[in-house]
Amino acid sequence: MTVVELDHATIGIGGRIVLADASFAIQAGEFIGVLGPNGAGKTTLMRAILGLLPPSAGAVRVFGASPQRGDRTIGYLPQVRTVLPDLRVRGLDFIGSSLHGERWGLPSLSRHDRRMIEETLDAVGARDLAARPLSAMSGGERQRLLLAQALMGSPKLLLLDEPLISLDQRHQEVVIDVVRKVCRERGITVLFSAHELNQLLGTLDRVLYLGNRQAVLGTVDEVISAPVLSRLYGTDIQVVRAEGHIFVMSRGRDVEVSDHQHDHGDGGHGHHH
Amino acid sequence: MWKFPITSTTTAMAATDIITDMFQYVFMNNAFAAAGIVAVVSGIVGYFLVMRGQTFAGHALSHIGFAGATGAGLIGLAPLWGLLGFTLAAGIAMGVLSERISNRDVAIGVVLALALGFGLLFLHYYTSFATQATALLFGNVLAVDRTMIATLAVLGVITLAALAAIMRPLIFSTLQPELAEAKGVPLRFVSTAFLAIVALAVSECAQIVGVLLVFTLMVGPPAAAQRLTTGLWSGLTLAAALALAEAWLGIAIAYYTDWPVSFCIACLSALGYFAALGASGLWQRRPQAGHANEAG
Repeated sequence: MTVVELDHATIGIGGRIVLADASFAIQAGEFIGVLGPNGAGKTTLMRAILGLLPPSAGAVRVFGASPQRGDRTIGYLPQVRTVLPDLRVRGLDFIGSSLHGERWGLPSLSRHDRRMIEETLDAVGARDLAARPLSAMSGGERQRLLLAQALMGSPKLLLLDEPLISLDQRHQEVVIDVVRKVCRERGITVLFSAHELNQLLGTLDRVLYLGNRQAVLGTVDEVISAPVLSRLYGTDIQVVRAEGHIFVMSRGRDVEVSDHQHDHGDGGHGHHH
Repeated sequence: MWKFPITSTTTAMAATDIITDMFQYVFMNNAFAAAGIVAVVSGIVGYFLVMRGQTFAGHALSHIGFAGATGAGLIGLAPLWGLLGFTLAAGIAMGVLSERISNRDVAIGVVLALALGFGLLFLHYYTSFATQATALLFGNVLAVDRTMIATLAVLGVITLAALAAIMRPLIFSTLQPELAEAKGVPLRFVSTAFLAIVALAVSECAQIVGVLLVFTLMVGPPAAAQRLTTGLWSGLTLAAALALAEAWLGIAIAYYTDWPVSFCIACLSALGYFAALGASGLWQRRPQAGHANEAG
């Protein structure tokens, strides 16, 4: 069964075309690593799948239909940019706010809601976060909390936008492990965007590589090759394999690493202390 | 030994006398009633203002309200209506222009200063009104009459009802705007409606502590409450209770010391906030040592 399908889709924001005439199909239960340079359209693609950005040409289909804003079958972890650094709200209320958060009236959590939140926190190994304020959580803990939230309501499709950003190596591995475990168990299709391919190598089924307004979906061997990536980066790319790692190089520099460093220097967003 | 019961009875009687003494006066009863209504509304609305990090916008609204109040005096209306009209219009404008203005301190600061300037101009042309300037700027809760209490009560009910209507999406879009948008929450409508609610609360609050000191009831108590508790309902309750306690205690202290009411409330508000800050700092130091190991 096809979960996400782009059919000659052109997607843009503010007059800038991010994807032009892109076509691919993601199957149920797949773990897709979404990669590509900064600004290649990873977030834009996710917003299109969420129904927030209609394609200007072609079609985007999610579960065989055009995406509807507020679709409950999609879990979403946005790139963490706007979490207020001094937020004195405990984890339970933070997740609770997203349950039926679109309805008017007073917020309320039923016993059933509470149990569901606690079960989901358990699933990502973060039960103790329910009682702690966000301002006292580390980056890794916040990311796990957001992951738990994305899993609320048993979604069939999970969109994770840069969940590893600003985490150290150990916490990155924890997040990947948790996502893999939970999604395999529940048969959830995952789109996992990241800066770095190597950490996802053991986990992902296929790679969706974005760049130069194009999108290529395929196995690691099909996509991570000099000709394909040279086309996506618009420059000469070498792919070097060593000891189970893959390095994507341009003129002797690792493009993923330099991309990542650039992102860190970029006003430091995504870093919260 | 026989002295003790007698002395304690006398002191107890003196204490009751001191308290009942205040309530002999109609103006004191009125002050307590008005301050009570306004404190609860301010504490609850302020809780969300603090949570959203929009306290400066709230401050600006009150200054714009000053121009409205003096302008109303100029054309012969009660200041409250000018205050309401201007803050509501400004709140809605900020909400509609949200991305461009409401989170920009410089733009808000410039508009705020301009509004105060206009307030001064209106005062200049309506000189007999100048005696009321202090009341507008720093509040005059001891001059509140029955009509004003009724007006404040009606406004308070409207404010809280409107807040209750949007509370769920308001919290969602405050905590997680990207996700709220994805789930279909109309972000701009919610933030505009909220700023309109803030405008109402500011107008009410200014009747008690004046436009310059709305922070004392709208920011101090909710900020203190958020340091002390992290639950939503406990935080809202504590914010309202603290605002109420500070407002009433402030009036009582003013009665016995003859200091201005707004000064007393301002002191209590600051005291409450810094005490909460200190208390939460002490609390956090202990459990965090335990959590640090788990978090790694």
